[in-house]
Amino acid sequence: MNLDRRLITLVREHPVPFVTSVIAAVFATLALIAQAWLICRTVTILFLEPSSMADLPVFLAAFGIVSLLKTALNWYSAREAARGSETLRQLLHNRLTAAISRLGPSFTASRRSGSLATTLQQGVEALDPYFSQYLPQLFISVLVPGAIAAAILPRDLLSGTILLCTAPLIPLFMILIGKAAQNMTRQQWQSLTRMSGHFLDMLQGLTTLKLFGQSRSRAGSIEEISEQFRTSTMNVLKIAFLSSLTLELVGTIGTAIIAVQIGLRLMAGALDFQTAFFIIILTPEFYQPLRQLGTKFHAGMEGSSAAEDIFPIIEASEESRTQAAGGALVDDAQPVTFNDVSFTHPGSDHAALQHISFTLEPGTTTALVGPSGAGKTTCMNLLLRFISPSAGSIITGTTDLAEIDRQNWQNRIAWIPQHPWLFHTSIGENLLIARPDASREELMQAIDNAGLHSFIENLPDGLDTVVGEQGTAISGGEAQRVAIARAFLRNAPLLLLDEPTSHTDPELEESLQHSLRQLMQNRTTLVIAHRLSTIMDADAILVLENGHITASGTHDTLIRQNGYYRSAVRTTGGNAS
Amino acid sequence: MNILVKLLKLARPYTWWLLLALITGWATITSSIGLLMTAAWLIAKAALQPSFHELQIGIVGVRFFGIARGVLRYLERLVSHSTTFRLLARIRVWFYTSLEPLAPARLSNYKSGDLLQRIVGDIDTLENLYSRVIAPPLTALLITILMWWVLGIFAWPLSLALFCFHALAALGIPLLSAHLTRGMATKLSAVRTAQQATTIDFVQGMAELQLFNRLDSQLAGMNTLKEQELDLIRRQNLVRNAHEPLVSLCMSAAVITTLLILGPLVGSGTLDSIWSGVIVIGVMASFEAFLPLPAALEHLDADREAGKRIFDIIDAEPEVATPENPLKPGADHTIGFHNVSFSYPGSRRKALDQVSFTLEHGRKTAIVGPSGAGKSTIAALLHRFYNPTEGTITLRGIDIMNLDPDDVRNHVGTVSQRTYLFARTIRENLLIGNPQADDEELKRALEEAGLKTFSDKLDQWAGQHGMQLSGGERQRLSLARALLHDAPVLILDEATANLDTITEKAIMENMMAFGNRKTLVAITHRLYGMEAFDRILVLKNGHIAEQGSHSELMARGGLYAAMWNLQHRNQLDSGS
Repeated sequence: MNLDRRLITLVREHPVPFVTSVIAAVFATLALIAQAWLICRTVTILFLEPSSMADLPVFLAAFGIVSLLKTALNWYSAREAARGSETLRQLLHNRLTAAISRLGPSFTASRRSGSLATTLQQGVEALDPYFSQYLPQLFISVLVPGAIAAAILPRDLLSGTILLCTAPLIPLFMILIGKAAQNMTRQQWQSLTRMSGHFLDMLQGLTTLKLFGQSRSRAGSIEEISEQFRTSTMNVLKIAFLSSLTLELVGTIGTAIIAVQIGLRLMAGALDFQTAFFIIILTPEFYQPLRQLGTKFHAGMEGSSAAEDIFPIIEASEESRTQAAGGALVDDAQPVTFNDVSFTHPGSDHAALQHISFTLEPGTTTALVGPSGAGKTTCMNLLLRFISPSAGSIITGTTDLAEIDRQNWQNRIAWIPQHPWLFHTSIGENLLIARPDASREELMQAIDNAGLHSFIENLPDGLDTVVGEQGTAISGGEAQRVAIARAFLRNAPLLLLDEPTSHTDPELEESLQHSLRQLMQNRTTLVIAHRLSTIMDADAILVLENGHITASGTHDTLIRQNGYYRSAVRTTGGNAS
Repeated sequence: MNILVKLLKLARPYTWWLLLALITGWATITSSIGLLMTAAWLIAKAALQPSFHELQIGIVGVRFFGIARGVLRYLERLVSHSTTFRLLARIRVWFYTSLEPLAPARLSNYKSGDLLQRIVGDIDTLENLYSRVIAPPLTALLITILMWWVLGIFAWPLSLALFCFHALAALGIPLLSAHLTRGMATKLSAVRTAQQATTIDFVQGMAELQLFNRLDSQLAGMNTLKEQELDLIRRQNLVRNAHEPLVSLCMSAAVITTLLILGPLVGSGTLDSIWSGVIVIGVMASFEAFLPLPAALEHLDADREAGKRIFDIIDAEPEVATPENPLKPGADHTIGFHNVSFSYPGSRRKALDQVSFTLEHGRKTAIVGPSGAGKSTIAALLHRFYNPTEGTITLRGIDIMNLDPDDVRNHVGTVSQRTYLFARTIRENLLIGNPQADDEELKRALEEAGLKTFSDKLDQWAGQHGMQLSGGERQRLSLARALLHDAPVLILDEATANLDTITEKAIMENMMAFGNRKTLVAITHRLYGMEAFDRILVLKNGHIAEQGSHSELMARGGLYAAMWNLQHRNQLDSGS
């Protein structure tokens, strides 16, 4: 019943708080039974034994003490369950973040960024009710009624038997209805998600609707869909509520049967009042945990659906863990060779790269050109070791890249992506991330080289300005300059450059080109090129189409061949993207 | 509290339904009190061994309350859920209609889908507004009144005593809890904000983190924040976990007090001793209504937070209001900008500075310039997303401030790179351009936009979770929409940015052909095919730097010529 194997395995690692919680709950039940007995005793004195009235204060004092004890035990039980849940959430959070970082950039890029962040933040927290409520309740709903039945049975066999006979009806009904209810809950959950999705879609497209003068008339469609949602959900809920009505009736009718049955036997003198009253007080308590299991079952459902988002990530990371630690790299000035490399994205049926072979000679610039989707970025990600070849190998000198420690390899790379990420920290730290031990002079030099000087001067707190705060929106062009400054600071032998595509401001353009040219000097460079000037300056050009290298050479040789390169140069007039 | 009042105002049309739900909820608990009290009476009476018919009423009562409780609970759930869904529908419609005039000017801070997503989640959160927040305290209040009356039948000190403990459970415990956890919610939300930033850095900046060997420190930072979060939650739970046990402690105290009062009353014979068990059990049962109260306080907090975020957006003044008596624009579609200046709200920089020009009926104009020069601002003003800060914009000589914004938009069509595709069928997406269009018209528009292949895909789903569309296909759909919209003025706002050059060229040709029938304005930073335009406005830093035809501007050798050369120089070199 809704026991996720993976969640249970997790609980097995830290079972102590959960066990204490359940034990405390059982002791609290014993206190409850004692309370019931004490009340019955006092009521019986009041009702039938006025002569023992003097004992009343003693019983009341005992009742008070037991109540305090019960309060403390219940609090402790809840507290322990919460503590256990906290430990597990921390554990799961740490494992999930570690798993995502092991899976790396190719994984995060393949997911919608929002959904991954949501899983990290809310997914783990959504497991709380499962751990702290549903799991302990599973045990409590067996042990507590058990203890109460054990207290009643020796006093009155018939009532005890009635309780024990009706009790299994609740789980039985729950299982019978449960399957159907579970499907219904899932259906309802889906239609709620669809409803929210539709609403979100309307909000996101509001500007577009407005452009077509349609925004005002669309409010009706929200109402319509909400109404549809209401009717369909209510149909589902009617049945779900009916099932809980059945459960409720088992409980209350159980209470009623016992009351009537006891009343009749009392009248016949077959039972004494105190026992009868004791049973009447405990009967609702007997059914209570079973009923609660129903409500907490729902909490458990949500928890296991959150687990559906979390565990596949952790499991996927364990599969990719096999990567060897690998050795260190000695020589800087080695050529890098792609040796019959193919790559297929996970879950895709066609290869992004097929049998690619080329060599990056030390100190030279190689330009990759080709239409979008041809596999240029995949090539770069392979070199960055964000992904590994599905077949073939990448070799530096005589060593296979796969045998070199990944961090060691990445330390030798400066990378300027198309969309660099700026962290939520100061601009200064955003630059220094490339080389934390850089001196002030080196930092200023890199800023100058990247043409960031005047941009930073205009920020409210200069280098200390936090990105994205105080109204400092950073444009794509500025972010790219930050990446260029990082590359200067990095001062690594291998430069991977995804050339900026937009070129609008002649003055800005000139200085950017200058910076990049300076950066490429004396470095082994692979550039995904969009500008003809860059391409023409390159020592070698690779034309990539549909995952194949269809041509390679220099500008002069390629322009003479009838192919993508020539037609791209001709149609675009300088923009060879 | 203010926010709660505002939320409650939205519920006003459902007052009677909510009242019905409340009364059935109250009757449910009353039945369960009744069940236990009659049961107690039954056995007390039975212990005196009366004749059977004296017990009859008790037996009937027990059966009645037993069944009533289940049935009433069922009814209460039905009514309260149905009402809640109606209420949520109303909140959604209300939110949309309130948001509509604010878009997009007031929403520029909420550009990222994540924030809108949060709002949608916030509205879903309000689902429990009635059942978890409003109903429990009112039910508890009704039960308090009921028990005051019931115990009052026996003796008023009993009423008074129970009232005190009810008040303690309903007010004392929640207040104590609020006092003990004061400030923690704020701290928690600060930690969560920090978590959000680091999580996004972690997910989006993964490549940089790995490359710069920062993953370990990022992980450590995230784990520490999680520890802080859990630590605060632990301290909150320390208090919250005590809620239910404390309510039942109140119950125990009430029982002791009741028994202490009953002792003398029964002893002196003022009260028939048969009632003592009935009263004690009634006192105990009445606390069922108080158990959900502390949780109500937590839900109230969550709902208030959600409500606050909702109202934060909605309470903004719309940037552009519809005039009270809008004029109707005429058939001539000449647009004039007269000394128009504009700054975006919150910015001091002038995005447009004293700009004047005329877009004559039927002519083609290109607006070019470096990014940030103010090109898109012109489009935003023409779409009535903002009012000009100074100067006037006229449509056939009428100031557009005096026109209904929707009328202006129906005159000024757009193809933009930001066009949104709804998660609905291609047909529905196209109908946004013209809701009255029939399938023939849709197919013609698709064909004209170069998407003939989509003619038999009208019922396929687009947008999120729909079929994957390439950038070119999206732009073509956007063009088809504009064709259906058929506005006399057409703005192409960077309509082909981010497309590869061969697709770009093809789409541009479609658009120019279509534009022959229109007043066409192309906003672009890519200077290709500029000879086709009657006039080119060159913008820089919010000013019109130059204007003229392509050949005039090239001859001048100014900014335009520099930009053109930058983008075309390599081709000239390659020709040599």
